Amino acid sequence: MRTYAELPGLMTVMTGDEKHGPSATSTLDVLWVLYDQVLRVSPDRLDDPGRDRFLLSKGHGPAAYYAVLAAKGFIPESWLAGFGSAGSRLGYHPDRNLVPGVEIASGSLGHGLPIGVGLAHGLIARGLVTPRVFVLVGDAELDEGSNNEAIVYAGAVGLPNLVVIAVDNRSSSYGWGPGGIEAHFSVSGWSAARVPGRDHAALSSALSASGSGPQLVVASVEGKS
Amino acid sequence: MSDMRTVFAETASALLDEDPLAAVVLAEISADLFAKAAARHPERVLNVGIREQLMVSVGGGLALAGLRPIVHTYAPFLVERAFEQVKLDLAHQGARAVLVSIGASYDAASSGRTHQAPEDVALMDTVPGFSVVVPGHPDEVPELLRSAVGALDSRSTYVRLSSEANRSALPVRPGLQVVRSGREAVVVAVGPMLSPVLDAVGDLDVTVAYTTSVRPFDGEGLRALASSPESAVVLVEPYLAGTSAFAVSSALARRAHRLLSLGVGRSELRRYGTPSYHAALHGLDATGIRRSVLSFLDMERAS
Repeated sequence: MRTYAELPGLMTVMTGDEKHGPSATSTLDVLWVLYDQVLRVSPDRLDDPGRDRFLLSKGHGPAAYYAVLAAKGFIPESWLAGFGSAGSRLGYHPDRNLVPGVEIASGSLGHGLPIGVGLAHGLIARGLVTPRVFVLVGDAELDEGSNNEAIVYAGAVGLPNLVVIAVDNRSSSYGWGPGGIEAHFSVSGWSAARVPGRDHAALSSALSASGSGPQLVVASVEGKS
Repeated sequence: MSDMRTVFAETASALLDEDPLAAVVLAEISADLFAKAAARHPERVLNVGIREQLMVSVGGGLALAGLRPIVHTYAPFLVERAFEQVKLDLAHQGARAVLVSIGASYDAASSGRTHQAPEDVALMDTVPGFSVVVPGHPDEVPELLRSAVGALDSRSTYVRLSSEANRSALPVRPGLQVVRSGREAVVVAVGPMLSPVLDAVGDLDVTVAYTTSVRPFDGEGLRALASSPESAVVLVEPYLAGTSAFAVSSALARRAHRLLSLGVGRSELRRYGTPSYHAALHGLDATGIRRSVLSFLDMERAS
């Protein structure tokens, strides 16, 4: 198993025409903390119904995601070279049908959270009360109205196994006004916290907390520009 | 007699009782019909409010959790409003669901364009992995729905319900079934178009074949039937005209043939009224179908 310090090296293997460098690194620490300390997942239980589900909704700039999946043994490191090329399973947006451990195919924004709502419902309906559903979104991704449908509904029905991590690099053109993203969720009944997005201890603590309803963790990172 | 929508709700409710993995996702529409089922199975009957994008995405999420979701609302809101969710959150994920619509092309003639979706089958036809079934009678709905849910291990299905129905039900078969035989042409009647087709061609020397299964299209069955001198085929579909034309063309690609595609026209009528009035405006009543068939077969003299 690789360490956090080795992730940049894995990312540099992924040469190619990746255009979303800043948004890729914005998620690096969140992804590492999730896979290193929070998620109950491993390469030998890919189909275990009781595993946690991590949904990378913001599919853009997935280099950090692939690096973490390689570091944790979900995919061979040899896959990293050739990222985005014709023979590669690793595209500029990840596909669950091509990459072990990837729970959704993403790319078009605003799909992960609504799918996560259904997944959280489905786990409960199957009596699987332990696994949790984590959805990573970007702050600008929340522009998409489909998220609003999910936020209001999930808050109203109180899904306790749903966690949204919003990586906030202030890239939404119009922002979220006073109170930020968290106000937008908490008014719908979510618990909400904001932590420094590079602080592993703070991320781990916030992401490991359980609650009676859906939870939002906003991870602040430096702006894109 | 119950209408298709009522029979659908009864059948889906029974499936919820029988199958612990069956689930129903709604966006207010028909929620009243599922009230009893929701009381029995609150974790598997989900009404997400007036949120059609979420409704389809939740269906995808349920499927990823291992459930067998039935997702239901009015046709334009199910297929058109949430189309990217159908494309990505179901098909692209490899998550399967049964989508059940009501409203069809102009069941809601008096409600206007917003509630009409004659394009639905053409759109669903672009989504890989979807079967499309169009019942012609309420009594055909239970078996078609049960088959669709039973096939979820391999395929998703779009089930298109309508308030329009044939006078009587036929046995549910996977492909074309011959209702009457003739020599001049094969007339394929889809779903509720069978009764008007039979009324239109009653005295003509044509085969009438009925189908509730539109995708996959029964090309082999059509090849076996289209044996008239010119392999003349008339396709009568209760949605956008020509929706299945490519399937007929593909089935008959290796032989010279002629095809007339009847269905709902592309122009917006901006008329209210009744479904039968709209059928007449689109040439889909018996009179209009007869006029088109006679012209196509150069049989005006027979009229």
